[in-house]
Amino acid sequence: MFQLVDDRSQKGGELRAAVVQTLQAAMETNKQVVALEADLGGASGFTKIAKSHPNQFVQCGIAEADMMGIAAGMSSEGFVPFCHTFGPFATRRAFDQIYLSGAYAGNTVNIYGSDPGFTVAANGGTHTTYEDVALMRTIPGVVVCDAADAVQMAWIVNEFLGLGTGVHYVRGNRKNVRPVYAEGSTFELGRGNVVRPGTDVLVIAAGQLVSDALDAAEELAEKGVSVEVVDMFCIKPLDTELVCKEAVGKKAVVTFENHNVIGGLGEAVAATLCEAGVCVSFRRHGVSERFGQVGPADFLQQEYRLTAKDLVATIEGLFADHGHGHEEPVSDGR
Amino acid sequence: MTQDELDRVQTLALKIRRDVLEMLLPLGAGHLGGSFSIADLMALLYGKELAYKADDPTWDGRDRVVLSKGHAGPAWYAALAESGFFPRQDLFTLNQPHTHLPSHPDRLKTPGVDMTTGSLGQGCSTAAGIAMALKLKGNDAWTYLIVGDGELNEGQCWEAFEFIAARGLNRLIVLVDDNKKQLDGYTADVMNPFDIAAKMSAFGFETQKVNGQDVVALDNAIQAAKASGKPSAIVMDTVKGAGVPYFEQLMDNHSVKFDAKATEAAREAIDHINAKLEGRA
Repeated sequence: MFQLVDDRSQKGGELRAAVVQTLQAAMETNKQVVALEADLGGASGFTKIAKSHPNQFVQCGIAEADMMGIAAGMSSEGFVPFCHTFGPFATRRAFDQIYLSGAYAGNTVNIYGSDPGFTVAANGGTHTTYEDVALMRTIPGVVVCDAADAVQMAWIVNEFLGLGTGVHYVRGNRKNVRPVYAEGSTFELGRGNVVRPGTDVLVIAAGQLVSDALDAAEELAEKGVSVEVVDMFCIKPLDTELVCKEAVGKKAVVTFENHNVIGGLGEAVAATLCEAGVCVSFRRHGVSERFGQVGPADFLQQEYRLTAKDLVATIEGLFADHGHGHEEPVSDGR
Repeated sequence: MTQDELDRVQTLALKIRRDVLEMLLPLGAGHLGGSFSIADLMALLYGKELAYKADDPTWDGRDRVVLSKGHAGPAWYAALAESGFFPRQDLFTLNQPHTHLPSHPDRLKTPGVDMTTGSLGQGCSTAAGIAMALKLKGNDAWTYLIVGDGELNEGQCWEAFEFIAARGLNRLIVLVDDNKKQLDGYTADVMNPFDIAAKMSAFGFETQKVNGQDVVALDNAIQAAKASGKPSAIVMDTVKGAGVPYFEQLMDNHSVKFDAKATEAAREAIDHINAKLEGRA
């Protein structure tokens, strides 16, 4: 069961700290848990694990593909590996190793890909991933999550450690993220959370954009539009039942993701609705046909039209379009 | 190595080559060259060197084998079958629907296969992970990582070698099958590897060069590697297709197509090996 925080304007916890503390706590009781880093321990906080649990930390150097293979090999000997590197290196760069040495070979590889999408900030376009979810979703049996806040991140990491065989990927900002959930909240993989009820529009969001979706819902409420917000933190397996149930009767469904509109949450929801025959006005709000770039995170969030205001504009545009149906998506980011 | 051990290893080497021929011949084609170049190594490992229990293939005390050059799976399967891991007749299901012997090794399918390989380079990292895990567990088992010379084109091999050496994984032995050829031709032409042994030494390995078709020399090298107390590499000077002159001399012997000539050579070799085995019995 989850509970929402009363005040979403707080600074919130660091997601990396949630990851590190969860791993450290697990390591106390489970000596099979090992943390692997590719020379970003200073960035992830994994250096703290190296100090607190030196026999459960494996420094792999700047060799992400190798790290995934090492993790797979350790898994075959009974260890429960948890790897960190930046999102693009954790997915694009090491994909075949994750796919073959990990999933195909029946090994366990847990991965935290940090600083997805606009949260990359000063590391810029080379370090940006708007494709990680799309790539990872294609792996048979994979679990793909996008953490909304530090409370959820801690829960996800702990849950991954108990899942057993398979590839489990979570993306999330390293730094402070505004809180959505109260301490002690629990979740269920494969189950979305209705974090705000509503009757007109269904917004399905993931990651820290859940906060922005709630902001947008509040703004639209003042304009007389009732927006339901679902936190679809677990993008695979997707809660298709919830998607269909909540979409029926709505005037529109909008997905909201810090990711390319190709292959991410939006396409997963679109496929679900189409195949279930749920006919509803629909938009994928995300990034389309663009690479990343450098700048402060708040600038990038605006630049890639991923703010609450942008979501409000998409929803209002949908209402303006309603009944016409052939307009270009307002969310393409061009 | 005692005479008995030598006899056992040499007999197993004969059986591996015969079995590989019998497996591939009905299929019309297969990875003969690289299977034959490691046949003597496989015979030495399963005939003498490895700790294993064929009836308990995941026994924790076993030595681990990672065949990173996964296309040589047929040689491994033959060694495993002849060592009792599964019935010999299973060998003739190679690559057939629902077989437990796919062209490239699969740890989920084949008793005795410790790691899935086939995408070259990846076995180096997984073997490194296995050796790291054994070290953390305080398990003294050895990890044998078998790598192709052509495979060394893959950068991932060198990432893994860095890790193995830097972490002091001294119960892992890298065995490089330096058979001088890869799919598109000689390694020297495709991507000149220069001095593989010098490169392994530079990467921090206790490195030896040895005739990989000479099981006594190979055994001596493995004993020296084990005694060194350091991460070790043995660069095996081998011949692609070794053991049957026709296939040694055949230029395109990575994946041999059994045309009329190759079929005849294979059948003759099978008869020749069977006669030798009868003489040994």
